[in-house]
Amino acid sequence: MVVVKSVTCPICGSLCDDIELTIENNEVVKVKNGCALCESKFLGYKGEHRIKTPLIRKDGKLMPVSLDEAIHKAAEILANANYPILYGWSSTSCEAQRIGVELAEEIGGVIDNTAVVCHGPSILSVQEVGIPTCTLGQIRHRADLIIYWGCDPWSAHPRHLERYTAFTEGRFEKSDWKGYIQKVKAAAGKKKIESAVRRGVVKRPKAQPMLQHELVNAPPPTLMKEGRKLIVVDARKSMTAEMADYFIQVEPNKDYEVMQAIRALIRDQELDVDKVGGVPVEYLEEVADAMVNCNFGVIFFGMGLTQTAGKFRNIEVAISLIRDLNKRTKFVIMPMRGHFNVTGANVVFTWQSGYPYGVDFSLGYPRYNPGETTCMDILLRGESDATLVIAADPGATFPRRAVEHMAKTPLIVIDPHMNATAMLGDVVIPSAFVGIESEGTAYRMDHVPLPLKKVVDPPKGLLSDEEILRRILEEVRAIKAKKMREAEAA
Amino acid sequence: MTELLIKNGFVFDPINGINGEKMDIAVKNGKIVKSVNERKAKVIDATGLTVMPGGVDIHTHIAGAEVNTGRLMRPEDHVKDVVRKTALTRSGVGYSVPSTFVTGYRYSKMGYTMIMNPSMPPLEAKHTHEELNDTPMLDKATYPLLGDWWFVLEYLRKGDLTECARYVAWMIATTKGYAIKIVNPGGLESWGFGRNVRTIDDQVPYFGITPRDIMCGLAKVNKMLNLPHTIHVHTNNLGLPGNYLTTLDTMRALESVATGDKPVAHITHLQFSSFAGNDWGTMRSGAEEITKYINAHNHLTFDMGQVIFTDTTTMTADGPFEFTLYELSGHKWVNSDVETETSGGIIPFHYKRNNAVNATQWSIALELALLVKDPWKMFLTTDHPNGGPFFAYPKIIAWLISKRARMATLKKCHKKAQKLSLLPSIKREFTLYDIAIVTRAGQAKALGLKDKGHLGVGADADIAIYDINPEKIDIAKKYKAVRRAFGSAAYTIKDGEIVVKDGEIVKHVDGRTIWLDVKTAEQVKVDEEMKRRFKEYWTVEYDNYPVFDHYVKVSCPLTIKADV
Repeated sequence: MVVVKSVTCPICGSLCDDIELTIENNEVVKVKNGCALCESKFLGYKGEHRIKTPLIRKDGKLMPVSLDEAIHKAAEILANANYPILYGWSSTSCEAQRIGVELAEEIGGVIDNTAVVCHGPSILSVQEVGIPTCTLGQIRHRADLIIYWGCDPWSAHPRHLERYTAFTEGRFEKSDWKGYIQKVKAAAGKKKIESAVRRGVVKRPKAQPMLQHELVNAPPPTLMKEGRKLIVVDARKSMTAEMADYFIQVEPNKDYEVMQAIRALIRDQELDVDKVGGVPVEYLEEVADAMVNCNFGVIFFGMGLTQTAGKFRNIEVAISLIRDLNKRTKFVIMPMRGHFNVTGANVVFTWQSGYPYGVDFSLGYPRYNPGETTCMDILLRGESDATLVIAADPGATFPRRAVEHMAKTPLIVIDPHMNATAMLGDVVIPSAFVGIESEGTAYRMDHVPLPLKKVVDPPKGLLSDEEILRRILEEVRAIKAKKMREAEAA
Repeated sequence: MTELLIKNGFVFDPINGINGEKMDIAVKNGKIVKSVNERKAKVIDATGLTVMPGGVDIHTHIAGAEVNTGRLMRPEDHVKDVVRKTALTRSGVGYSVPSTFVTGYRYSKMGYTMIMNPSMPPLEAKHTHEELNDTPMLDKATYPLLGDWWFVLEYLRKGDLTECARYVAWMIATTKGYAIKIVNPGGLESWGFGRNVRTIDDQVPYFGITPRDIMCGLAKVNKMLNLPHTIHVHTNNLGLPGNYLTTLDTMRALESVATGDKPVAHITHLQFSSFAGNDWGTMRSGAEEITKYINAHNHLTFDMGQVIFTDTTTMTADGPFEFTLYELSGHKWVNSDVETETSGGIIPFHYKRNNAVNATQWSIALELALLVKDPWKMFLTTDHPNGGPFFAYPKIIAWLISKRARMATLKKCHKKAQKLSLLPSIKREFTLYDIAIVTRAGQAKALGLKDKGHLGVGADADIAIYDINPEKIDIAKKYKAVRRAFGSAAYTIKDGEIVVKDGEIVKHVDGRTIWLDVKTAEQVKVDEEMKRRFKEYWTVEYDNYPVFDHYVKVSCPLTIKADV
């Protein structure tokens, strides 16, 4: 039995690196410090969906083959393709991503990562207006106003609050964990009383849940609180909103208006309307007031902002709000990146090619034009003639028409699991789990690089993504050199 | 290993006092040797050509988190300068924030073989090293940002220099860095709450320490650790009118640490710290006062931070300064503070001839370079990409060697800047020997790189050959030919191998990463207490913090024995 400390968890963009794993007989048997997501991955990665051997589609069926055969076949497809797409990359290591870019360049293809369907709009906004941001520790030490907008860390980044924001102890700001416990206790007490009322112990009319129209008519609660304040803005009352000091429920797709209204308010402009995006102006005034009066504020935003109406314009206005606020106080903003190394993919693509995603090498140099050189658009236009998918599952998440084109053309899948995309694949190469069975590097949502550990050996015969890609690249070069020789001979 | 003989070139090797003599340079196993077997060796006929040590750049932002965010943020910068893949080289993009491969190729094409990446947030050191691994053709090193690190602030406040030195040694080795970088000391910590410091005697909020304490403390630490380079200082109030007074204060403060004639500090991109005047309207050059001081003292070196009239990207750890630029320009703005350590900012910027301030900045850098009598104190940089992209170095060389060249540019500048400029009164023109000092020999010497920057026996065989015949042409008159020659080396030789010929890459090499393994008598104790403190200060575990050996592709540690 071995205990491995300081393991980085390969799940979400929080990249908690304090996980303790107990290993017995080359298997993880105990997880300490991790959240539910973390535990389920470390304890469940060996499940029934694991692909055990390389597969190639023969007569419509995926048949087991040797690794060499699968790699040769994959290389052949890529070397012969005219406009291939290499997609995925967000759940693998930077080392694998580096080889990915080299491979894309070698075959004149397009390399794109899953940011295109999550925080791609955020990147477009950064290219428009920049981004005032910081690492997560700055927030832990200094932030006295924390705003989550269009995201639900309690469910998607479960330890975010506890490690980096409201419930963590910083040098200048104290943890609000106690306040939260009190709140939970109060809520439990309230429930007990209500249940007593229901059971007829106390005769009183039943308390109705507050409806939207009542909320509007009720006087706005004030945000009177010492120390750290937690505000949640969302279209629904999420788990995170439950524990917030202040919650604003925005009508779906109205974030842009609300954000602009706050921008006006912090510039001391009067609003002529009573409500914006379904929210009474008094609520927004309260938030604007908290923003201007904090010492260090932060907005975290998620898919609720990037993928709703307005898309990158939402982020642009959010960042513009932060730019304005910095003239009054210190304020930063940060996207809640999802996959554990989606940030790394953007980082690696950028240092090698200058561009963060949707990089097209078909002209021999990197080109970037989201909407034209991005994976989804190419698939929908039916232009690609081969696809390599690694560490992602577009087969399950892309629109049908895009998946249809992907399935029609040769499809190579590198993944530990038999996911929807792998089922459509023509060549399927199983890989070791990075961060469990192979090592590497990943970038946290705030661009802090962290090492991923190898804690157990992979199943026999399985290579890491990095190794598989390196072998494909070598094979592609060999095939191209052979072709060249043949052409010269002819 | 191949042997190489470079025959009959005009050799400029200032460290060995060789000034344009016709001589042969022999190379074996990647080093300069006395002689080689002429029949076996590959011979380069350098008749009529200028031979210099490979170029060394003491300050150029080419890798790391900040640079990469600059790349990400500027697709409009990339599209105007694209680089195709060839059989030998990778593709990429160029201009002000080039991709890593292109950075390596372009430096190599100019005859450079060693660069120093000056601002690495320790927490993100792995990122910097990953990018340096992908920067080919060059040897490189990088400076961790230590001036606002909480450990430093706390130990200096306590007055515990020994403990401070131990931690600095630990940090340099842990992040595989090369020198102590200080940026706007105290200002970056203040910027954590949106504030700044304005003089070197302002208090840093919550820490009870002043910029003066930080700089002098770290200069002393630098001495105790016997580091090859001095502290590398970006002054307070950088980029603001009237800041030459702060710079003078800084230089005077560091006098107290100096002993003998040895430099104790390098003031980087001095141009940005040499503004006189009370506001932007009255801004003028403070170069005269600054150079007067530097000429009278020997405890400092500096680099120019020349401004080039073009569109570029400013990036610095000086977060508050970038905020000022944002307020001035309203341009897209990136701020990136790093917990417990430092901050950073990025803004695109277009330096224009017809802008009085920009044109004055252009003039200040040249005034500094020309008014400092001893070229060993002054180095050529643009603070790439802050003053302009590094591939503009040949332009600066032309301005330095030719009064005619700089007057031609000055004539096109804003009238007010023309009137204020000291350049018309300066006659000095650099010789090729001076150029060899300010672009390689002096920089290598200041960095304490014993095997770089010269062509003596035993030095690394990093050599640049340029198509300039100093006997045939008057460089001051034919400055355009000289500019072309420095932009595209006839040969660049890296570790004894020809990597560039006629301005084209002919061989891809990786280059080494040089870092300091500083050994203190008593090392930092890594116990549970240290790990707990670590957990309190940072959001990562102690075990995951270091730059492990595999993060450096070709590792070249220099072991330094410290006095503590």
